[in-house]
Amino acid sequence: MIKIFFNYLIFPGFLFSACVGLIAGWIDRKVTARIQWRVGPPWYQNFVDIVKLLGKETIVPAGAKITFLLSPVLGLLSTILVATILGVTVRLPLESFAGDLIVVLYLLIIPAIAIIIGASSSHNPLASVGASREMKLVLGYELPFILSIIVVIIKSAGSIQIGSILNHQINFGSNLASFSGILAFLVAIICMQAKLGFVPFDMSEAEQEIMAGVFIEYSGLPLAIFKLTKAILLYTMPLLLIILFWGRDLTPLVLIAKYTALLVTIILIKNTNPRLRIDQALRFFWGPITALAIIAVILALLGL
Amino acid sequence: MNLKLKALTKSLWVFHLCIGGSCNNCDIEILDLLTPRYDVERFGIMLIGSIRHADVLLITGSLSRKAAPRAKRLYEQMPKPGVVVAVGSCALGRGIFKDSYNTPCPLDELIPVDLYIPGCPPKPEAIIAGIVKLIKKVRGV
Repeated sequence: MIKIFFNYLIFPGFLFSACVGLIAGWIDRKVTARIQWRVGPPWYQNFVDIVKLLGKETIVPAGAKITFLLSPVLGLLSTILVATILGVTVRLPLESFAGDLIVVLYLLIIPAIAIIIGASSSHNPLASVGASREMKLVLGYELPFILSIIVVIIKSAGSIQIGSILNHQINFGSNLASFSGILAFLVAIICMQAKLGFVPFDMSEAEQEIMAGVFIEYSGLPLAIFKLTKAILLYTMPLLLIILFWGRDLTPLVLIAKYTALLVTIILIKNTNPRLRIDQALRFFWGPITALAIIAVILALLGL
Repeated sequence: MNLKLKALTKSLWVFHLCIGGSCNNCDIEILDLLTPRYDVERFGIMLIGSIRHADVLLITGSLSRKAAPRAKRLYEQMPKPGVVVAVGSCALGRGIFKDSYNTPCPLDELIPVDLYIPGCPPKPEAIIAGIVKLIKKVRGV
Protein backbone atom coordinates (compact mmCIF):
# COMPACT_ATOMS: atom_id res chain seq x y z
CA MET A 1 0.00 0.00 0.00
CA ILE A 2 2.73 2.46 0.99
CA LYS A 3 4.67 1.36 -2.07
CA ILE A 4 1.71 2.16 -4.33
CA PHE A 5 1.40 5.64 -2.84
CA PHE A 6 5.14 6.14 -3.15
CA ASN A 7 4.98 5.08 -6.79
CA TYR A 8 2.03 7.34 -7.50
CA LEU A 9 3.15 10.45 -5.63
CA ILE A 10 6.93 10.43 -5.68
CA PHE A 11 9.19 8.30 -7.81
CA PRO A 12 7.83 7.45 -11.21
CA GLY A 13 4.67 9.37 -10.40
CA PHE A 14 3.83 12.97 -9.64
CA LEU A 15 6.99 14.58 -8.26
CA PHE A 16 9.47 12.92 -10.60
CA SER A 17 7.40 13.25 -13.77
CA ALA A 18 6.51 16.87 -12.98
CA CYS A 19 10.20 17.77 -12.52
CA VAL A 20 11.22 15.95 -15.73
CA GLY A 21 8.30 17.49 -17.62
CA LEU A 22 9.09 21.03 -16.46
CA ILE A 23 12.74 20.58 -17.45
CA ALA A 24 11.56 19.21 -20.82
CA GLY A 25 9.44 22.35 -21.12
CA TRP A 26 12.58 24.39 -20.49
CA ILE A 27 14.38 22.46 -23.26
CA ASP A 28 11.45 23.37 -25.49
CA ARG A 29 11.75 27.08 -24.70
CA LYS A 30 15.54 27.06 -24.93
CA VAL A 31 15.69 25.25 -28.29
CA THR A 32 12.97 27.55 -29.62
CA ALA A 33 14.99 30.56 -28.47
CA ARG A 34 18.20 29.25 -30.05
CA ILE A 35 16.35 28.65 -33.35
CA GLN A 36 15.19 32.27 -33.26
CA TRP A 37 18.76 33.40 -32.47
CA ARG A 38 17.86 34.39 -28.91
CA VAL A 39 19.33 33.28 -25.58
CA GLY A 40 16.28 31.90 -23.86
CA PRO A 41 15.25 31.55 -20.20
CA PRO A 42 17.28 29.89 -17.39
CA TRP A 43 16.63 26.23 -16.56
CA TYR A 44 14.42 26.92 -13.52
CA GLN A 45 12.06 29.24 -15.45
CA ASN A 46 9.12 26.81 -15.64
CA PHE A 47 9.37 26.02 -11.91
CA VAL A 48 9.23 29.76 -11.17
CA ASP A 49 6.19 30.10 -13.42
CA ILE A 50 4.35 27.36 -11.50
CA VAL A 51 5.26 28.86 -8.09
CA LYS A 52 4.13 32.28 -9.27
CA LEU A 53 0.79 30.93 -10.53
CA LEU A 54 0.23 29.25 -7.14
CA GLY A 55 0.59 32.67 -5.50
CA LYS A 56 -1.89 34.40 -7.79
CA GLU A 57 -5.57 35.04 -7.24
CA THR A 58 -7.95 32.40 -8.62
CA ILE A 59 -10.85 34.01 -10.45
CA VAL A 60 -14.00 32.01 -11.15
CA PRO A 61 -16.07 33.73 -13.85
CA ALA A 62 -19.73 34.44 -13.17
CA GLY A 63 -21.93 31.59 -14.39
CA ALA A 64 -19.17 28.98 -14.35
CA LYS A 65 -20.09 25.49 -13.20
CA ILE A 66 -18.30 23.44 -10.53
CA THR A 67 -16.55 21.48 -13.30
CA PHE A 68 -14.54 24.63 -14.02
CA LEU A 69 -12.41 23.88 -10.96
CA LEU A 70 -12.70 20.06 -11.02
CA SER A 71 -11.61 19.38 -14.60
CA PRO A 72 -7.94 20.47 -14.21
CA VAL A 73 -7.60 18.03 -11.30
CA LEU A 74 -9.18 15.25 -13.39
CA GLY A 75 -6.65 15.80 -16.16
CA LEU A 76 -3.70 15.93 -13.76
CA LEU A 77 -4.71 12.74 -11.88
CA SER A 78 -5.02 10.70 -15.08
CA THR A 79 -1.71 11.92 -16.53
CA ILE A 80 0.06 11.08 -13.27
CA LEU A 81 -1.45 7.59 -13.48
CA VAL A 82 -0.05 7.14 -17.00
CA ALA A 83 3.37 8.38 -15.85
CA THR A 84 3.30 5.92 -12.95
CA ILE A 85 2.32 2.92 -15.08
CA LEU A 86 4.99 3.69 -17.67
CA GLY A 87 7.68 4.43 -15.08
CA VAL A 88 7.07 1.22 -13.15
CA THR A 89 7.03 -0.79 -16.39
CA VAL A 90 10.36 0.63 -17.55
CA ARG A 91 11.99 -0.29 -14.24
CA LEU A 92 10.35 -3.71 -13.76
CA PRO A 93 8.76 -5.00 -17.02
CA LEU A 94 7.36 -8.07 -15.23
CA GLU A 95 5.27 -5.97 -12.82
CA SER A 96 2.89 -4.74 -15.51
CA PHE A 97 -0.63 -6.17 -15.67
CA ALA A 98 -2.51 -7.61 -18.64
CA GLY A 99 -4.16 -4.97 -20.80
CA ASP A 100 -2.33 -1.97 -19.39
CA LEU A 101 -1.74 -0.67 -22.93
CA ILE A 102 -5.50 -0.23 -23.31
CA VAL A 103 -5.68 1.51 -19.91
CA VAL A 104 -2.88 3.89 -20.92
CA LEU A 105 -4.60 4.68 -24.23
CA TYR A 106 -7.84 5.56 -22.43
CA LEU A 107 -6.10 7.59 -19.72
CA LEU A 108 -4.25 9.61 -22.35
CA ILE A 109 -7.54 10.89 -23.80
CA ILE A 110 -8.72 12.17 -20.41
CA PRO A 111 -6.52 15.34 -20.35
CA ALA A 112 -8.08 16.45 -23.66
CA ILE A 113 -11.56 15.70 -22.28
CA ALA A 114 -10.72 17.64 -19.10
CA ILE A 115 -9.69 20.63 -21.21
CA ILE A 116 -12.96 20.40 -23.19
CA ILE A 117 -15.08 20.18 -20.02
CA GLY A 118 -13.22 23.04 -18.33
CA ALA A 119 -13.40 25.29 -21.37
CA SER A 120 -17.09 24.69 -21.99
CA SER A 121 -17.97 25.31 -18.34
CA SER A 122 -16.06 28.59 -18.22
CA HIS A 123 -18.87 30.60 -19.82
CA ASN A 124 -16.73 32.34 -22.41
CA PRO A 125 -17.45 32.38 -26.16
CA LEU A 126 -13.77 32.19 -27.15
CA ALA A 127 -13.26 29.25 -24.79
CA SER A 128 -16.17 27.41 -26.40
CA VAL A 129 -14.64 27.99 -29.84
CA GLY A 130 -11.42 26.50 -28.45
CA ALA A 131 -13.31 23.57 -26.92
CA SER A 132 -15.02 22.75 -30.21
CA ARG A 133 -11.66 22.83 -32.01
CA GLU A 134 -10.10 20.58 -29.37
CA MET A 135 -13.01 18.14 -29.74
CA LYS A 136 -12.57 17.94 -33.51
CA LEU A 137 -8.83 17.53 -33.10
CA VAL A 138 -9.33 14.60 -30.69
CA LEU A 139 -11.65 12.95 -33.24
CA GLY A 140 -8.97 13.53 -35.85
CA TYR A 141 -5.86 12.15 -34.20
CA GLU A 142 -7.23 9.25 -32.17
CA LEU A 143 -7.92 7.01 -35.19
CA PRO A 144 -4.40 7.06 -36.72
CA PHE A 145 -2.81 6.96 -33.24
CA ILE A 146 -4.68 3.78 -32.30
CA LEU A 147 -3.97 2.26 -35.75
CA SER A 148 -0.24 2.89 -35.24
CA ILE A 149 -0.43 1.19 -31.86
CA ILE A 150 -2.24 -1.77 -33.42
CA VAL A 151 0.89 -2.17 -35.57
CA VAL A 152 2.91 -2.58 -32.37
CA ILE A 153 0.40 -5.11 -31.03
CA ILE A 154 0.57 -7.14 -34.25
CA LYS A 155 4.35 -7.08 -34.29
CA SER A 156 4.66 -8.28 -30.70
CA ALA A 157 2.47 -11.35 -31.30
CA GLY A 158 -0.85 -9.89 -30.18
CA SER A 159 0.23 -8.80 -26.73
CA ILE A 160 -1.57 -5.87 -25.09
CA GLN A 161 0.71 -5.76 -22.07
CA ILE A 162 3.44 -3.09 -22.09
CA GLY A 163 5.87 -5.30 -20.16
CA SER A 164 5.62 -8.19 -22.64
CA ILE A 165 5.89 -5.76 -25.58
CA LEU A 166 9.17 -4.59 -24.01
CA ASN A 167 10.34 -8.17 -23.49
CA HIS A 168 9.45 -9.04 -27.07
CA GLN A 169 11.57 -6.12 -28.31
CA ILE A 170 14.48 -7.14 -26.07
CA ASN A 171 14.36 -10.65 -27.59
CA PHE A 172 13.58 -9.88 -31.25
CA GLY A 173 14.82 -6.29 -31.79
CA SER A 174 13.01 -2.93 -31.75
CA ASN A 175 9.69 -2.54 -33.51
CA LEU A 176 11.25 0.45 -35.25
CA ALA A 177 13.60 -1.79 -37.23
CA SER A 178 11.08 -2.67 -39.94
CA PHE A 179 9.11 -0.88 -42.66
CA SER A 180 5.78 -1.08 -40.86
CA GLY A 181 7.46 0.06 -37.62
CA ILE A 182 8.98 3.14 -39.26
CA LEU A 183 5.67 4.12 -40.87
CA ALA A 184 3.73 3.63 -37.63
CA PHE A 185 6.37 5.59 -35.69
CA LEU A 186 6.05 8.56 -38.07
CA VAL A 187 2.27 8.49 -37.72
CA ALA A 188 2.57 8.27 -33.94
CA ILE A 189 4.98 11.23 -33.79
CA ILE A 190 2.54 13.43 -35.71
CA CYS A 191 -0.36 12.30 -33.50
CA MET A 192 1.79 13.02 -30.44
CA GLN A 193 2.34 16.54 -31.76
CA ALA A 194 -1.43 17.02 -31.81
CA LYS A 195 -1.92 15.40 -28.38
CA LEU A 196 0.64 17.75 -26.85
CA GLY A 197 -0.96 20.75 -28.54
CA PHE A 198 2.28 21.72 -30.30
CA VAL A 199 2.31 24.18 -33.10
CA PRO A 200 0.95 22.77 -36.32
CA PHE A 201 -2.00 21.55 -34.24
CA ASP A 202 -2.35 24.19 -31.50
CA MET A 203 -5.51 25.74 -32.93
CA SER A 204 -7.43 25.06 -29.71
CA GLU A 205 -5.29 27.54 -27.78
CA ALA A 206 -4.28 29.80 -30.65
CA GLU A 207 -2.97 32.84 -28.82
CA GLN A 208 -3.17 35.27 -31.69
CA GLU A 209 -6.72 34.57 -32.84
CA ILE A 210 -8.75 33.30 -29.88
CA MET A 211 -6.50 34.50 -27.02
CA ALA A 212 -5.36 31.25 -25.40
CA GLY A 213 -8.74 29.70 -26.34
CA VAL A 214 -9.56 26.90 -23.93
CA PHE A 215 -7.49 28.41 -21.10
CA ILE A 216 -8.77 31.96 -21.48
CA GLU A 217 -10.68 32.13 -18.18
CA TYR A 218 -8.19 30.16 -16.07
CA SER A 219 -5.95 31.94 -13.59
CA GLY A 220 -3.87 31.06 -10.55
CA LEU A 221 -4.05 27.50 -9.20
CA PRO A 222 -6.21 25.85 -11.94
CA LEU A 223 -3.95 27.33 -14.64
CA ALA A 224 -0.91 26.01 -12.77
CA ILE A 225 -2.51 22.55 -12.69
CA PHE A 226 -3.14 22.70 -16.44
CA LYS A 227 0.48 23.76 -17.02
CA LEU A 228 1.65 20.82 -14.87
CA THR A 229 -0.62 18.45 -16.83
CA LYS A 230 0.90 19.67 -20.08
CA ALA A 231 4.39 19.25 -18.62
CA ILE A 232 3.74 15.68 -17.45
CA LEU A 233 2.21 14.88 -20.84
CA LEU A 234 5.39 16.20 -22.45
CA TYR A 235 7.25 13.59 -20.39
CA THR A 236 4.87 10.65 -20.83
CA MET A 237 4.02 10.82 -24.53
CA PRO A 238 7.60 10.52 -25.88
CA LEU A 239 8.29 7.90 -23.19
CA LEU A 240 5.29 5.85 -24.37
CA LEU A 241 6.46 6.00 -27.99
CA ILE A 242 10.00 5.00 -26.98
CA ILE A 243 8.66 2.04 -24.98
CA LEU A 244 6.38 0.88 -27.79
CA PHE A 245 8.64 1.39 -30.81
CA TRP A 246 12.22 1.87 -29.68
CA GLY A 247 12.40 -0.26 -26.53
CA ARG A 248 15.30 -2.60 -27.17
CA ASP A 249 17.76 -0.94 -24.79
CA LEU A 250 16.27 1.05 -21.92
CA THR A 251 19.20 1.51 -19.55
CA PRO A 252 18.97 4.99 -17.96
CA LEU A 253 21.58 6.78 -20.08
CA VAL A 254 20.29 5.33 -23.35
CA LEU A 255 16.72 6.14 -22.34
CA ILE A 256 17.66 9.78 -21.60
CA ALA A 257 19.45 10.04 -24.96
CA LYS A 258 16.46 8.59 -26.83
CA TYR A 259 14.02 10.81 -24.96
CA THR A 260 16.04 13.95 -25.67
CA ALA A 261 16.37 13.05 -29.35
CA LEU A 262 12.61 12.53 -29.70
CA LEU A 263 11.88 15.72 -27.73
CA VAL A 264 14.18 17.84 -29.90
CA THR A 265 12.58 16.32 -33.00
CA ILE A 266 9.09 17.40 -31.98
CA ILE A 267 10.39 20.83 -30.95
CA LEU A 268 11.93 21.23 -34.41
CA ILE A 269 8.63 20.21 -36.02
CA LYS A 270 6.94 22.77 -33.79
CA ASN A 271 9.27 25.58 -34.77
CA THR A 272 9.35 25.01 -38.51
CA ASN A 273 5.62 24.78 -39.21
CA PRO A 274 2.78 27.31 -39.25
CA ARG A 275 -0.52 26.65 -37.49
CA LEU A 276 -3.10 24.73 -39.54
CA ARG A 277 -6.76 25.61 -39.63
CA ILE A 278 -9.01 23.04 -37.96
CA ASP A 279 -10.46 21.80 -41.27
CA GLN A 280 -6.97 21.41 -42.73
CA ALA A 281 -5.90 19.45 -39.64
CA LEU A 282 -8.91 17.11 -39.87
CA ARG A 283 -8.33 16.54 -43.59
CA PHE A 284 -4.66 15.88 -42.85
CA PHE A 285 -5.39 13.32 -40.12
CA TRP A 286 -8.26 11.51 -41.80
CA GLY A 287 -6.59 11.55 -45.23
CA PRO A 288 -2.85 10.92 -45.65
CA ILE A 289 -2.06 10.08 -42.03
CA THR A 290 -4.79 7.44 -41.66
CA ALA A 291 -3.82 6.03 -45.07
CA LEU A 292 -0.20 5.74 -43.91
CA ALA A 293 -1.33 4.05 -40.70
CA ILE A 294 -3.47 1.54 -42.64
CA ILE A 295 -0.54 0.77 -44.96
CA ALA A 296 1.58 0.19 -41.84
CA VAL A 297 -1.03 -2.21 -40.43
CA ILE A 298 -1.15 -4.17 -43.72
CA LEU A 299 2.66 -4.34 -43.86
CA ALA A 300 2.73 -5.56 -40.26
CA LEU A 301 0.15 -8.26 -41.09
CA LEU A 302 2.38 -9.34 -44.00
CA GLY A 303 5.26 -9.57 -41.56
CA LEU A 304 7.41 -6.76 -42.92
CA MET B 1 11.19 38.94 1.27
CA ASN B 2 8.49 36.44 0.51
CA LEU B 3 8.58 33.71 -2.12
CA LYS B 4 5.40 34.85 -3.82
CA LEU B 5 6.76 38.25 -4.83
CA LYS B 6 10.17 36.84 -5.74
CA ALA B 7 8.56 34.31 -8.11
CA LEU B 8 6.36 37.10 -9.49
CA THR B 9 9.33 39.27 -10.41
CA LYS B 10 11.13 36.33 -12.00
CA SER B 11 8.28 35.50 -14.35
CA LEU B 12 6.31 38.54 -15.49
CA TRP B 13 3.62 37.68 -18.04
CA VAL B 14 2.60 40.77 -19.95
CA PHE B 15 -0.80 41.57 -21.40
CA HIS B 16 -0.41 44.33 -23.97
CA LEU B 17 -3.30 46.76 -24.33
CA CYS B 18 -3.39 49.63 -26.81
CA ILE B 19 -6.16 52.05 -25.90
CA GLY B 20 -7.56 54.47 -28.40
CA GLY B 21 -5.45 57.25 -29.94
CA SER B 22 -1.96 56.06 -30.66
CA CYS B 23 0.42 55.88 -33.61
CA ASN B 24 1.43 52.27 -32.70
CA ASN B 25 5.07 53.25 -32.47
CA CYS B 26 5.22 52.36 -28.76
CA ASP B 27 3.73 48.96 -29.63
CA ILE B 28 6.53 48.39 -32.12
CA GLU B 29 9.15 49.35 -29.54
CA ILE B 30 7.58 46.89 -27.09
CA LEU B 31 7.73 44.10 -29.65
CA ASP B 32 11.41 45.04 -30.12
CA LEU B 33 11.99 43.81 -26.56
CA LEU B 34 11.15 40.25 -27.63
CA THR B 35 13.48 40.22 -30.63
CA PRO B 36 16.95 38.61 -30.53
CA ARG B 37 18.67 41.94 -29.83
CA TYR B 38 17.00 42.51 -26.44
CA ASP B 39 15.33 39.12 -25.69
CA VAL B 40 13.55 39.77 -22.41
CA GLU B 41 12.45 36.12 -22.27
CA ARG B 42 15.86 35.61 -20.61
CA PHE B 43 14.22 37.12 -17.51
CA GLY B 44 10.97 35.19 -17.88
CA ILE B 45 9.00 38.05 -19.45
CA MET B 46 6.45 36.77 -21.97
CA LEU B 47 3.58 38.22 -23.95
CA ILE B 48 0.33 36.45 -23.04
CA GLY B 49 -2.97 36.20 -24.88
CA SER B 50 -5.46 36.36 -22.02
CA ILE B 51 -5.72 38.98 -19.24
CA ARG B 52 -6.47 36.19 -16.73
CA HIS B 53 -2.91 34.88 -17.13
CA ALA B 54 -1.28 38.30 -16.87
CA ASP B 55 0.87 39.83 -14.14
CA VAL B 56 1.52 43.07 -16.00
CA LEU B 57 -1.10 45.17 -17.75
CA LEU B 58 0.96 47.17 -20.24
CA ILE B 59 -0.87 50.15 -21.68
CA THR B 60 0.06 52.34 -24.63
CA GLY B 61 -1.84 55.15 -26.34
CA SER B 62 -3.97 57.98 -25.00
CA LEU B 63 -7.16 56.97 -23.29
CA SER B 64 -10.19 57.55 -25.50
CA ARG B 65 -13.81 57.86 -24.42
CA LYS B 66 -14.72 54.48 -25.90
CA ALA B 67 -11.71 52.69 -24.43
CA ALA B 68 -11.94 54.06 -20.88
CA PRO B 69 -14.58 51.62 -19.51
CA ARG B 70 -12.84 48.70 -21.23
CA ALA B 71 -9.46 49.60 -19.75
CA LYS B 72 -11.03 49.79 -16.30
CA ARG B 73 -12.74 46.43 -16.79
CA LEU B 74 -9.50 44.79 -17.94
CA TYR B 75 -7.75 46.12 -14.84
CA GLU B 76 -10.48 44.58 -12.67
CA GLN B 77 -10.22 41.26 -14.55
CA MET B 78 -6.47 40.93 -13.92
CA PRO B 79 -5.71 38.46 -11.10
CA LYS B 80 -3.87 40.19 -8.24
CA PRO B 81 -1.03 40.71 -7.37
CA GLY B 82 -0.37 42.50 -10.63
CA VAL B 83 1.09 45.78 -11.82
CA VAL B 84 0.08 48.37 -14.40
CA VAL B 85 2.72 49.86 -16.70
CA ALA B 86 2.09 52.91 -18.89
CA VAL B 87 4.44 53.28 -21.85
CA GLY B 88 4.85 56.45 -23.92
CA SER B 89 3.83 60.09 -23.60
CA CYS B 90 0.26 59.40 -24.76
CA ALA B 91 -0.43 56.90 -21.99
CA LEU B 92 1.25 59.10 -19.38
CA GLY B 93 -0.36 62.45 -20.07
CA ARG B 94 -2.32 62.20 -23.33
CA GLY B 95 0.65 63.54 -25.36
CA ILE B 96 -0.36 65.62 -28.37
CA PHE B 97 -3.99 64.62 -27.87
CA LYS B 98 -4.19 66.64 -24.61
CA ASP B 99 -6.80 69.08 -25.93
CA SER B 100 -8.81 66.58 -27.97
CA TYR B 101 -12.57 66.18 -27.36
CA ASN B 102 -12.07 62.40 -27.22
CA THR B 103 -9.51 62.08 -24.41
CA PRO B 104 -11.41 62.70 -21.18
CA CYS B 105 -8.61 62.11 -18.65
CA PRO B 106 -5.05 60.78 -18.32
CA LEU B 107 -4.74 57.07 -17.63
CA ASP B 108 -3.70 57.33 -13.97
CA GLU B 109 -6.90 59.14 -13.04
CA LEU B 110 -8.80 56.01 -14.10
CA ILE B 111 -6.68 53.13 -12.78
CA PRO B 112 -3.60 53.08 -10.53
CA VAL B 113 -0.38 53.07 -12.58
CA ASP B 114 2.73 51.56 -11.00
CA LEU B 115 5.34 52.43 -13.60
CA TYR B 116 5.56 55.38 -15.99
CA ILE B 117 7.92 55.10 -18.95
CA PRO B 118 8.07 58.47 -20.78
CA GLY B 119 9.21 58.98 -24.35
CA CYS B 120 7.68 59.30 -27.79
CA PRO B 121 8.34 56.44 -28.24
CA PRO B 122 10.66 55.29 -25.42
CA LYS B 123 13.68 53.33 -26.59
CA PRO B 124 13.75 49.61 -25.69
CA GLU B 125 16.65 50.34 -23.32
CA ALA B 126 14.45 52.86 -21.50
CA ILE B 127 11.67 50.28 -21.14
CA ILE B 128 14.12 47.70 -19.77
CA ALA B 129 15.50 50.28 -17.30
CA GLY B 130 11.92 50.97 -16.18
CA ILE B 131 11.20 47.27 -15.67
CA VAL B 132 14.37 46.91 -13.59
CA LYS B 133 13.29 49.80 -11.37
CA LEU B 134 9.84 48.26 -10.96
CA ILE B 135 11.26 44.85 -10.03
CA LYS B 136 13.58 46.44 -7.46
CA LYS B 137 10.66 48.32 -5.96
CA VAL B 138 8.43 45.22 -5.78
CA ARG B 139 11.24 43.30 -4.11
CA GLY B 140 11.88 46.16 -1.71
CA VAL B 141 15.61 46.38 -2.46
